[in-house]
Amino acid sequence: MWTGFKRIARSGFVGFWRNAYVSLAAIFVMTVTLFVFTSVLLLGQLLDASLTQIRDKVDINVYLVPTAQEEDILHLQTALESLPDVREVAYTSREEALAAFEEKHQDDELTIQALEELGDNPLGASLAVRAKETSQYESIDTFLRERQQEEDPENALIDRVNFFENKSAIDKLTSIIDAVEQSSYIAMLILIAATVLITFNTIRLAIYTTREEISIMRLVGAGNMFIRGPFILQGVMYGLIAGVLALLIMYPIVLWLGPGTQSFFQFSIFTYYITHFGSLFGIIVGVGIVLGAVSSAFAIARYLKV
Amino acid sequence: MIYFDNVSKLYNGGSPAIEGVTFQVAPQEFVSVVGHSGAGKTTLLKLLIVEDKPSDGNVFFESVNVHSIPRGQLPQYRRKIGTIFQDFKLLSHKTAFENVAFAMEANGRSDEEIAENVPQALELVDLGDKLMSFPHELSGGEKQRVAIARAIVNQPDIIIADEPTGNLDPIATYEVVQILQKINDLGTTVIMTTHNKGVIDALERRVITMDEGKIIRDDASGKYVL
Repeated sequence: MWTGFKRIARSGFVGFWRNAYVSLAAIFVMTVTLFVFTSVLLLGQLLDASLTQIRDKVDINVYLVPTAQEEDILHLQTALESLPDVREVAYTSREEALAAFEEKHQDDELTIQALEELGDNPLGASLAVRAKETSQYESIDTFLRERQQEEDPENALIDRVNFFENKSAIDKLTSIIDAVEQSSYIAMLILIAATVLITFNTIRLAIYTTREEISIMRLVGAGNMFIRGPFILQGVMYGLIAGVLALLIMYPIVLWLGPGTQSFFQFSIFTYYITHFGSLFGIIVGVGIVLGAVSSAFAIARYLKV
Repeated sequence: MIYFDNVSKLYNGGSPAIEGVTFQVAPQEFVSVVGHSGAGKTTLLKLLIVEDKPSDGNVFFESVNVHSIPRGQLPQYRRKIGTIFQDFKLLSHKTAFENVAFAMEANGRSDEEIAENVPQALELVDLGDKLMSFPHELSGGEKQRVAIARAIVNQPDIIIADEPTGNLDPIATYEVVQILQKINDLGTTVIMTTHNKGVIDALERRVITMDEGKIIRDDASGKYVL
């Protein structure tokens, strides 16, 4: 058993080395396909990050009258938070709203002066509501409007809800997010299928060049595993080397793209590459090894029928 | 030891490659099968090593019908037979030593046995100084001798040689036949196909003559008559 394994391993390594051109060609093709695969993975992450960001920017604001009591506001906040569609509700008090307003307009003297003239804080508190999914804002809005209708007009709490101002933007975003997600899944599937097919055919060609040798091996009485083993090992080596190469080639590219993605998506692809290197390595090299081994096993099965 | 019982082989649609062939080979015999190209000599050998199946009839090896051997056990059966081909069929990416060692490795022999027997076998065919040469570095005669070393290294019961001298010059032909004779003298059955008249006439052993797929002569100490 051990001797057999040792011989298969040695024969695999020697064959890999002596068929250097074929090995190089196979590794080259697999590197390209695994590189594409890595790019798809990283692009997917970038897309995810930007979609999450866009989602986070979507909310509806409930503006409350300036005279609203803090107690009532907190009561409304609790009610909103208990809705199943709501992810979070952020409370901005009157003072915080004023501070934010002042900061935003700090260079605009006219506005600051006008504010000082007023003396009192004219801004009301607000609640920013975030739904779990963008499609759920409508039901939250309905809830708020019903609540508004039930209020005593003399002693109203809710001033206005800005859902309708945002509605078309929210609807558009929802459909864009859905479309982008779906098409990226389809693109990924097509690319992965292409990768698998290209690798399979490359290895099949590599083995095709040795089909004569395989029939000789059978004629001198070599068993199937003894013939197949070295080829499968070679497939594993192609995958391993190609995976490492693909990741190495990716390094300068993500390094170059890092600052750009950071400023555009607020998500540095370089940071992601570095922090997730372990799992990326596992996935890419793992995919390479499995692809190489399975392709070899399939390709060689054809020539074992002598 | 070997018994062909009324064996026929038809290739798709064409005329039969061999038809109603019956003969026996006894242990330690040296049998030459002669005939023109297309007479069915190679088909006979292919049927014996189960590279092909007969359309009709049976082939027995030590009373086992070789075409009823399950696929998984074919390698074990083939290890009892050493095969030599006209085109040598060496593994081009392996050295002479590795080519011979491969047959032993496939047979599950230990590293010690390989280290001992492979040089001996190559010595026997007078290639003791070419152990590390690749096939493309060897002459035709040398390649054929490597193939013979590979065929005998597992001490098979029988050696099958399909036109072993077909690609060789007269001197190399003489050497190869000498080696085959030596192997036979040491007790191994040899079946050789050839159409080299000189070889047959010099051997003075049993000759089976084939024509158009049929055996037309079987002489105990034959000459090449066609």
